[in-house]
Amino acid sequence: MYVPLLVLILNSFNQSNISSWPIETFSFTWWEFAATYQPIRTALLNSIIVATGSTIIAAILGTLVAFALKGYEFFGKGTVNLLVVLPIFFGKGTVNLLVVLPIALPGVVTGVAFSNTYNNFLSPAGFNIGYFGMIVAHATFCIVMVFNNVFARLKRMNPSLQEASADLGAGLWQTFRLVTFPQFRTAFVAGALLAFALSFDEVVVTIFTAPPGVDTLPLWILKEMSRPNQASVVNVVATVVILISLIPVFISQRLTRAQDEGK
Amino acid sequence: MSTNTTKGGTKPISSYLYKHARVRLIGLIGLPMFWIVGVYIFSLFLLLITAFWFVDPFTSKVIVGFTLENFISIFTVPAYISTSIRTLLIALAVTGVSVIFAVPLGIYMAKIARPWVRNALAVAITLPLWAGYLVKIIAMRLVFTEQGFFNWALAPLGISGPTFSIPIVILTLTYLWFPYMALPVFTAIRQIPPNLFDASSDMGAKGFTTIYRIVLPLIVPAIIAGSVFTFSLSLGDYLVAKFTGGSTQMIGSIIASNINLNPPVAAAFSMVPIAFVVIYLMVARRTGSLERM
Repeated sequence: MYVPLLVLILNSFNQSNISSWPIETFSFTWWEFAATYQPIRTALLNSIIVATGSTIIAAILGTLVAFALKGYEFFGKGTVNLLVVLPIFFGKGTVNLLVVLPIALPGVVTGVAFSNTYNNFLSPAGFNIGYFGMIVAHATFCIVMVFNNVFARLKRMNPSLQEASADLGAGLWQTFRLVTFPQFRTAFVAGALLAFALSFDEVVVTIFTAPPGVDTLPLWILKEMSRPNQASVVNVVATVVILISLIPVFISQRLTRAQDEGK
Repeated sequence: MSTNTTKGGTKPISSYLYKHARVRLIGLIGLPMFWIVGVYIFSLFLLLITAFWFVDPFTSKVIVGFTLENFISIFTVPAYISTSIRTLLIALAVTGVSVIFAVPLGIYMAKIARPWVRNALAVAITLPLWAGYLVKIIAMRLVFTEQGFFNWALAPLGISGPTFSIPIVILTLTYLWFPYMALPVFTAIRQIPPNLFDASSDMGAKGFTTIYRIVLPLIVPAIIAGSVFTFSLSLGDYLVAKFTGGSTQMIGSIIASNINLNPPVAAAFSMVPIAFVVIYLMVARRTGSLERM
């Protein structure tokens, strides 16, 4: 599984124009070129903006869903009327399904759905979503990353600590800030990092939702792949994408593991 | 409780929310559900509506109306039918290959490997999941291109590797989505109590019989959970076909090439993978497999 990735990374040091194997001359030529090439820098900036924006949205929404499902488990048992009113639309399984759906459906479907809404409904109505549309789409499939992590942690948390805090006179916000949040902070950060990584290398949904003329890093790679001339630069950028996606994931796994061992 | 009510005077919102679980639940779930249902599901719904519209053949503008043409064309145009069948077969093949590799690997990791090998393998499987979709396609391209690594490695044997075609598409898709299958299967196998294996061998079952009659039935939910991803993600993919498939077309290729020219046809075609995936998810939810995602 790693051989193709290694071939790719080694090829980023290939001096020749066209990727081939074995590599004849190693050099940093293409790395230097990539570092100063303006379209790459713009694309990198776009990627970071989109990933950051969608991570923030996904972090908030994912945490809210996790709390809701956790609360539902807690109150659902005793509160009968709650069970009668809500489960049809907001039963646990349905909510779970809804959160998973954006990553379980193929990217092309998600992308086409958003693009269709933006271009055939919002645009004719005089509302141009532009750049923000990309962030909305990315946030949608990132929610599940934060949700999974936070929910897994919440399930193992002791609810009596929050009760105790309320009994001692703390308001909800105070309890959340001082008692609840510190307990799931690492899971929250881990989930957010995964969301960032997911958004950073997403390409299919981006193809359909990016406004004309705006490139993210993967989108730039994709366009460049259709032209054979600068194949080696693509390898450099691809290596950068590997690193930028792997570093958050690595930290995220470290965080999760440290917390699990601490318990 | 009495302290709680006196505090209710100073923190009215907190105590109100504390007492009204339903309000609290709606407060929590309202915004995310608005996002997912109101933005995402609603977009999918609009897509369905668009599937009934059509394009003016002269101005090539989208006309709001009602026609079943788009759906009929999916089932009647020979090129569309063959593409759908080809895509379905590719997705099934990817799922099949993933299962064939995941089950032995999972058994090895969970039952035979030493703990450090197991952990190393678990990390090794997870990490490429994050190495980037496009990056992996490029990597596979580099390996299998005419002057690539694969042909170079096989040259001494006098063999030249396959050119970009359906087998490479299946291989690349498996490479992309394999972790989605391997991880739940591994977790499920690890959860099988060891005494089941002992009992099976005590009763005279050989290794293969144990796998077939004990392990497989127990890990079916995990396989279904994994196959949701391997199947549905392969079903909708088109960049793999574009870059490693030579001239291979998939459903996604048709959707992507129509999105600007003829959005209604693209919309109608999007319903094919959606239908497959929704049915699949329903089944998965019944078996409790969603919990394993």
